[in-house]
Amino acid sequence: MKILVCMKQVPQKDAPLKLNESGTWIRDDVSYEVNEPDAFALEEALRQKEKHTGEVVVITAGPARSQQVLREGLAKGADRAIHLEDNGFVGLDAFNMAKAFVAAIKDEKFDLIFTGLQSDDYGYAQTGVIMAELLGWPHATIIMEIQKSDSGIKVKRELESGFFQHVSMPLPAVLTIQSGINKLRYATLLGIKQAKNKPLRKVTMEEVKSALGDNLQKIEKLYVPQKTKKTEMLEGSPGEIAKKLVDKLRNDVRVI
Amino acid sequence: MADTILVIVEQREGKLNRVSMETIAAAQAIAAETGATVEASLFGSGIAGLAPEIAAKKLAKVTVIDSPKLAKYEPDGVVAALKDFINQRKPSLVLMPHTYQVRDFAPQLATALQRTLISDAIGFRKDGDKLVFTRQMFQGKFAADVSFACPAPHFVTFQAGAFRGDKAEAGASAAPVETITANIADGVVRNQPEDPFKEAKQAVDLTQAEIIVSVGRGIKEQKNIELAKALADALGGEIAASRPICDSGWLPMDRQIGSSGQTVSPKLYLAVGISGAIQHIVGMKGSRSIIAINKDAEAPIFEIADFGVVGNLFDILPALTEEVKKAKG
Repeated sequence: MKILVCMKQVPQKDAPLKLNESGTWIRDDVSYEVNEPDAFALEEALRQKEKHTGEVVVITAGPARSQQVLREGLAKGADRAIHLEDNGFVGLDAFNMAKAFVAAIKDEKFDLIFTGLQSDDYGYAQTGVIMAELLGWPHATIIMEIQKSDSGIKVKRELESGFFQHVSMPLPAVLTIQSGINKLRYATLLGIKQAKNKPLRKVTMEEVKSALGDNLQKIEKLYVPQKTKKTEMLEGSPGEIAKKLVDKLRNDVRVI
Repeated sequence: MADTILVIVEQREGKLNRVSMETIAAAQAIAAETGATVEASLFGSGIAGLAPEIAAKKLAKVTVIDSPKLAKYEPDGVVAALKDFINQRKPSLVLMPHTYQVRDFAPQLATALQRTLISDAIGFRKDGDKLVFTRQMFQGKFAADVSFACPAPHFVTFQAGAFRGDKAEAGASAAPVETITANIADGVVRNQPEDPFKEAKQAVDLTQAEIIVSVGRGIKEQKNIELAKALADALGGEIAASRPICDSGWLPMDRQIGSSGQTVSPKLYLAVGISGAIQHIVGMKGSRSIIAINKDAEAPIFEIADFGVVGNLFDILPALTEEVKKAKG
């Protein structure tokens, strides 16, 4: 199976984020990491390849710094990488991001495309599904298991309230992968070394520009959300905080 | 002619998803400011019996889109049916609840119509002639005002809890109900879904717990969960966790709170080392009291906490457990 994994670089979970001067995006002097569901998507692709042979290709879009997620993917076992390298990709809406990816892989023949189920920054949860529609492929979302079958694949979708569902579908297809579908591997030293010699194709904005249009939705303003609830912050040494909390538990929450 | 807002109501296995009432409330709130007419539609097979409950709300019309091909949910048939219906009705705005089912088909539907979906919105405001929608970004650390930059129809999904379902206004008389048959051509549907199932019987029903001590990533290692368990025991409560903890196998899946786990509203929800990602918040924001302990003062969990402590949970938890034991004598 030939699998493409769409990966995204997002700010680290604990990184303190600051707004830029115009209040339209964050300042980019933060530490970044691989979007967590994308890491699970990569792991699942590697496992499928180990079971059924094939090729795993990782793709991302963003400025030079975002190459790091591809390097990590290659170090873990992906065969090659595609980097849509331009700062302009960061500001695309999901529709145009999907169009850019589709344009970048127009000469490839994948059986499966994986994305994480959503990103930690925009949180659209849409790019994979949009890619499927642009390619004319079927899709399934929030996937917890993938089995190859005679006619294609059988996947396990996560539904709400603890329910799951099996879905049979033909290939090629797009799947959005849920966190926790597998256990992530670490890159080995050998893997990191080998990654340096694996092919990485760069795609410029110029190459895919004709496929893109204006954004269909626009972020007018980014801001720190207004508090809807008044939070009383408790301070002091651990012992003092414990005493204050017990006082709240007894007199306000009334559970002691 | 006034603009039409179309609410797509969700039913699963012949049962109305209550969150749809929130979407109707959202549509009515928008209509109150824009003067639009609100209609609702639902799709499925043999589900006309669900229409009267929806038609009791203040709506101009309810359309039941019926086809045997829509009996079991899968996205292709739904998109084909809704695309036809939207092309014919020409609503300016299409509203849906941000459920797992909607997440599965709505981006496909918007794309099939060369349009876009503003997903997981939590509010709206009118800015001149334009509607601006608020959605959370960076896991709730920021909010963004987002607007459409394309012609109608505009698609928006609303997060569960963003509007109150019980505020959906009833109509003076029942709205007219029309049932139409969706024309879904053979070969359109590619996926073959099976019946939904539950993995194992849920061993723990956290929805009944009065006190929940819940742990997140900040707990760092599996063995540290004992610190939170000790506190839960001292308080006479249950231990629970955010998704990453259960994904790691540190606590069983049936202890998970959030959109993919259980939704709880205990007297006390004590969040330990939980940053408060949206997917977690939707599972516990209805709690009567929320106490949050986190090392990061910027963590979104503090947005909804009644009492907050910024500090090292490894120092605070043992001290608190001791103090609770003392207080309970």
